[in-house]
Amino acid sequence: MEQPNQSYIDSLSGDDKAFKQKLIDIIKREFPEEKQIYFDNYNAKNYKLAADNVHKLKHKISILGLEKGYEVAVAYELSLEDGKSDEKEQFEAILTTITKYLVDL
Amino acid sequence: MNCIVIDDEATARMIISQLCSNVPSLNVLEDFPNAMQAIKYLNQNEVDLIFLDIHMPDFTGFDFIETLKNPPKIVLTTSDPNFAIQAFEYDCIVDYLVKPVTQERFQKAIDKAEAIQDAPVKTVSESEKVETSSGNDLYVNIDRRLIKIDIPSIYLVEAKGDYIQVKTEDKNYTVHSTLKKIEEKLPDSLFLKVHRSYIINIKKIIDIEDNSVLIKKDVIPVSRSNRPELMKRLNLL
Repeated sequence: MEQPNQSYIDSLSGDDKAFKQKLIDIIKREFPEEKQIYFDNYNAKNYKLAADNVHKLKHKISILGLEKGYEVAVAYELSLEDGKSDEKEQFEAILTTITKYLVDL
Repeated sequence: MNCIVIDDEATARMIISQLCSNVPSLNVLEDFPNAMQAIKYLNQNEVDLIFLDIHMPDFTGFDFIETLKNPPKIVLTTSDPNFAIQAFEYDCIVDYLVKPVTQERFQKAIDKAEAIQDAPVKTVSESEKVETSSGNDLYVNIDRRLIKIDIPSIYLVEAKGDYIQVKTEDKNYTVHSTLKKIEEKLPDSLFLKVHRSYIINIKKIIDIEDNSVLIKKDVIPVSRSNRPELMKRLNLL
């Protein structure tokens, strides 16, 4: 399974450790909130809203260098907009991977 | 260039601000989590450049652009490359950045923005949104679609903050515009502003009592200053 990395965050931060930590803190704060909103909307069958949530989570997935995960998220967002959920399991596995990664970050 | 950042995602705002901080010619004045806050800010402040997220809840980046009469240069930031074609419809948009944005790609966007002379830019202004009316039709911009409304079917227009609600025989429409703009587009022979928040179709009045009129099921206040004009327009026995 593809694992998150900090390549993009490092390239953006350069030697600015304070910025890097601040960015990580914001991701650690925003990601669980966005994830929860996604689950709430999906479980309530609000697929259009869930698609919007996936769209936002997509950015976090790409920031953490998950290139394949990003492709899954793109496909899942489109599926949700059509009321389908073909990539649900794959997408939620990515969320789990990120959740674990952020705990140790 | 003085700039602002509009994005509903805090992470994205922070990244764009960081990218800006590495470019000496850029000065980030503010960042906003939604377009409405930015509109209020722009009513009182001038900026040279806006970094604008497209995909925001309630009010998209494109909705935001259409509220600006003289938009500054805009760089779109998005996770969705599919909006690129729509971006070309706006002369004010100088570049289109797909997230996550790298410093190199960001710099290219800034170079483009700086290369553009201060030529006046053109976009669909707020007034033009309702100026597209012809004859008995009024076209309003809702969710990036131009919806045709049959003017005589309108019985009431109500101001609601930054929006107006247009009520017709069949349907109600919420449009990002002002009462003043739509008043200019509605024929005087049919419509009258009876209160700072209401324009009514005088043909649809059911009755008038003291300082209010009944239209359909809506009781609409009539301000003291507008009452004489209303009475003048009625065919009083």
